[in-house]
Amino acid sequence: MSKPTVVDGSNFDQVVLQSKTPVLVDFWAAWCGPCRMVAPMVEELAEEYEGKISFAKLDVDQNPKTASQYGIMSIPTLLIFKNGAPVSNIVGFRPKADLKRSLDAVLE
Amino acid sequence: MVSKREYDVVIIGGGPAGLAAGIYTSRARLSSLLIEKMGAGGRIIDAGLVENYPGFSQGVSGLELAEAMQQQAAKFGLETLLAEVIGLELKGEHKIVKTSEGDITAKAVIIASGSDRAKLGVPGEEEFTGRGVAYCAICDAYFYRDLPVAVVGGGNAAINEALELSKFAAKVTIIHRRQELRATRILQERAFAEPKIEFLWNTVVEAIEGEDVVKRLRLRNVLTGEKSTLDISGIFVAVGFKPNTDYLKGVLSLDANGAIITNEKMETEVPGIFAAGDIRSSSIRQVIAAAGDGAVAAIYAERFIAG
Repeated sequence: MSKPTVVDGSNFDQVVLQSKTPVLVDFWAAWCGPCRMVAPMVEELAEEYEGKISFAKLDVDQNPKTASQYGIMSIPTLLIFKNGAPVSNIVGFRPKADLKRSLDAVLE
Repeated sequence: MVSKREYDVVIIGGGPAGLAAGIYTSRARLSSLLIEKMGAGGRIIDAGLVENYPGFSQGVSGLELAEAMQQQAAKFGLETLLAEVIGLELKGEHKIVKTSEGDITAKAVIIASGSDRAKLGVPGEEEFTGRGVAYCAICDAYFYRDLPVAVVGGGNAAINEALELSKFAAKVTIIHRRQELRATRILQERAFAEPKIEFLWNTVVEAIEGEDVVKRLRLRNVLTGEKSTLDISGIFVAVGFKPNTDYLKGVLSLDANGAIITNEKMETEVPGIFAAGDIRSSSIRQVIAAAGDGAVAAIYAERFIAG
């Protein structure tokens, strides 16, 4: 079982930016219903892509600085980081198949 | 993941209509699978507070109501599959539901895949989605603290969005193409009483402009033709809904808006295929009606299976 790692301003650099594998970061907040709908899908993907892509989640309410640094103005937003930089930006909820396409594209 | 590939009933969509149907079919001891493309909940997730669902005198958040319905359905044995439905085929007596996670066979299908927010369809909308163009005030109002924003639309969704935004934004301008609102009176009263909310009547958005993020709207008065601009940091679109029926083209006939036509038993033109909730033609788009539709569809699905 591989669950998304909870990240905040203090460990974002280490967990996301320094990661050797690509990392999908789920920007979310407790008040956001669609974010809660996305969460189970992200957990399923975390299992399916275990070893190939890491998964993390960041609460924008607790970490507004990190969120604004990456221009988050709408949640849920999923950013995929590769070699310390965002390479894919998925705003709003998308079907799982769409997310898989984005993840597979990053692995190519 | 699913326990098998054949069910008595497959329910497509996990909003109030689908979950209510699942509660009924599970209690009828029909093997039941609900297929949902994200997590269950449906459009009520967008609603901060649901105040018109009987039994909750203080109102209930859309999220809480959805989670309670989901737990209730799961308790009676409803299974859930996270997958996107891409087609529906008929094979003799059986229905084949084609999904991104493989085919599922069912004796009866209840379609409750609801609707999505309609887009404005103007230049800049796609480009700035997530960078000033938004569709869910509950989710995104927080990002517009002390900034000017606009809401487009005049129905319940638009007014609810504007009221939610008024808790954060500096100013909320409601842009509506008509002279009066369609929203429920009590919501209108709240909007008119909120000092942060202003109205631009008889006005449509022609374009959304900005650089990295949205900066302004280009507007047109539909009566005078006069053009103007409005400087804002965010625009929330609430101009109606589009039924999620793309995957049903060629299987069921749809009305002019793309919604499914049913009779009072929630039966479609195909025996054993039922529809419930917002996806039905002339739905009143209320949680209570969706739940009611789900119950009706489930009961007639049970009778259909029993023969």
